[in-house]
Amino acid sequence: MSTPKTLFDKIWESHVVAENDDGTSLLYIDMHLTHEVTSWPGFENMRLNNRPVHRTDAVLAVPDHVIPTTGRGERIQNDQARIQFETLIKNCKEFGVPLIPLLDARQGIVHIIGPEQGATQPGITLVCGDSHTATHGAFGCLAFGIGSSEVEHVLSTQTLVQKRPKNMRIAVNGELSLGVSGKDMILAIIGAIGTAGGTGHVVEYVGSAISALSMEGRMTVCNMTIEGGARAGLIAPDETTFHYVKGRPLAPNEDQWDAAMTYWKTLPSDEDAAYDKEVALDAATIAPQVTWGTSPEDVVPIDGCVPDPSAAADEKQRDAIQAAIAYMGLEANKPITDIKVNRAFIGSCTNGRIEDMRAAAKVAEGRKLADGVRAMVVPGSGLVKAQAEAEGLDKTLTKAGFEWRDPGCSMCIAMNGDILEPGERCASTSNRNFKGRQGRDSRTHLVSPAMAAAAAIEGHFVDVRDLAS
Amino acid sequence: MKTFGTISGAAATLKMINVDTDQIIPKQYLSAISRIGLGKGLFHDFRYDTNNNENPDFVLNREPYRDAKILITSENFGCGSSREHAPWSLDDFGIRCVIAPSFADIFFNNCIKNGLLLIIMDEDKVKKLMTVAENPQTCNMTVDLDAQTIVLADGTSVSFEIEPFRKQRLQEGLDDISITLQRRDEIATFEAKQKAIMPWLYRP
Repeated sequence: MSTPKTLFDKIWESHVVAENDDGTSLLYIDMHLTHEVTSWPGFENMRLNNRPVHRTDAVLAVPDHVIPTTGRGERIQNDQARIQFETLIKNCKEFGVPLIPLLDARQGIVHIIGPEQGATQPGITLVCGDSHTATHGAFGCLAFGIGSSEVEHVLSTQTLVQKRPKNMRIAVNGELSLGVSGKDMILAIIGAIGTAGGTGHVVEYVGSAISALSMEGRMTVCNMTIEGGARAGLIAPDETTFHYVKGRPLAPNEDQWDAAMTYWKTLPSDEDAAYDKEVALDAATIAPQVTWGTSPEDVVPIDGCVPDPSAAADEKQRDAIQAAIAYMGLEANKPITDIKVNRAFIGSCTNGRIEDMRAAAKVAEGRKLADGVRAMVVPGSGLVKAQAEAEGLDKTLTKAGFEWRDPGCSMCIAMNGDILEPGERCASTSNRNFKGRQGRDSRTHLVSPAMAAAAAIEGHFVDVRDLAS
Repeated sequence: MKTFGTISGAAATLKMINVDTDQIIPKQYLSAISRIGLGKGLFHDFRYDTNNNENPDFVLNREPYRDAKILITSENFGCGSSREHAPWSLDDFGIRCVIAPSFADIFFNNCIKNGLLLIIMDEDKVKKLMTVAENPQTCNMTVDLDAQTIVLADGTSVSFEIEPFRKQRLQEGLDDISITLQRRDEIATFEAKQKAIMPWLYRP
């Protein structure tokens, strides 16, 4: 009998073009998504070396990082950003790479549009010059972020030279309580394993609480896998996955569908497959999560407090906690619900999907932003925006005082002018609370969309479960 | 790709865990379409105050560390974003070797591609090197990749481990794309096989 294999083993082994003597593998890449920030060096070198794109049908480009989220269609004011944006368009045209233009209804954040267009499929290998490529693992595909040199390698050869990572399994069983989302689940997981807990591994998420998630929730979980140190997260494809993929523009067509389904159903991990590392969490014990510090692992439940450095395990941890508390302008042992915010950001590749818009609107319904709070909602794509508007979510949100903007990465990376002022404190649905991430000396607390909307309305963090009407 | 043989110079220390790539090079350096001059943005928010004046306390603003060639730091260095601007800015500043107990995966790969030597070392050994490097009188070190040693100012030598494939790549400065392109036939064979089984992955 053959050795039982994990989902990861199966995808990896079916994509090895050749094994190298040095222990690395030449891995075939089925889909390559790209954007303006990390693709230009590759195109530049390819032009110099007179190399074409190996397969233009296996790459899809979209501008997302530097584009403004208001005044769509107007000239981009920032010269550098405009040049970078125009360079992407020029490169795609010259090399024959399909591009979703800025004014197209399908434009959006690269990790939102891949799944929407059906480019993201079970069993494939998918890369993008962006660490949040982990998102696509929600479909049971091996998806990971790469740097610009690797972007060029994929454009030129459709392959990557990689060292095989190890298998890690994170099981979440039981039921999430009402008002607790995939975002809270992944924040709790990162809190448990730490920001380097998955380094060198591909994480497979299993368990009843994972299966119960929608594709949107699964994408949120896989998206932040990189914040736990693993380059890729995976969830086995099931009926929820197949239902989402079917009929999308780049998905298998009707003639191919049955064959694809037959293959996809062979992908889930075999029983008794071995993992190098295992972690388990009980979904029922997960409360809405809020980060207090400057690393995603600095996270506590909403009824928790800012930690006390004197209680830290060692000197390094104590120094890190002290530095984070000082940067965040907090005090040890302060209850999370006493932390006031003056900004909220709802959007990003972590939480910019229709379900996230619905969760924010549900909380905002019939309420008003607290005095002095500015809140931005940035749908992840033009299709999410249109769907939300068809459901009237934009009206509900703007009536409550939230800004309703055009799609893009926006204040998750703050490259496009959507930025916090020094000292501003933001309830953010994005993925990184690093120092300066949303603007120099800005203070980011990572939360779910419902929790961000609730904080914006109350002016401080609250348990969204107490707010439910 | 640049080759890596031996480098000598000051080693600067950054005692901080989980230094992310946003700290190494922040967002405002990401919208250019050039790699030139990124060294001035290295560790931007540590190095400069809000008026862009140098912060005199930061190690890279002090002599002899202004010309540091080596950086010694703590666990999980380079976590977060995949921006290759991180190794580019280190390289442009003049730092070609980083020593730490562990590194984040994407940053690690990006450094290989840019000819930077990352040395993974036990925490105790790293701490000892930090103590030596913190003294401006003893901070000069020589990193010899061929011999896999770090020679300190007093002549003592500390050995380090490196995977053979990574060592060879750094020594020879190999161009990965040229090497892979020599395997066109193998790639074409793979594609023909895959296309027969999964035609939906190949679009007209």
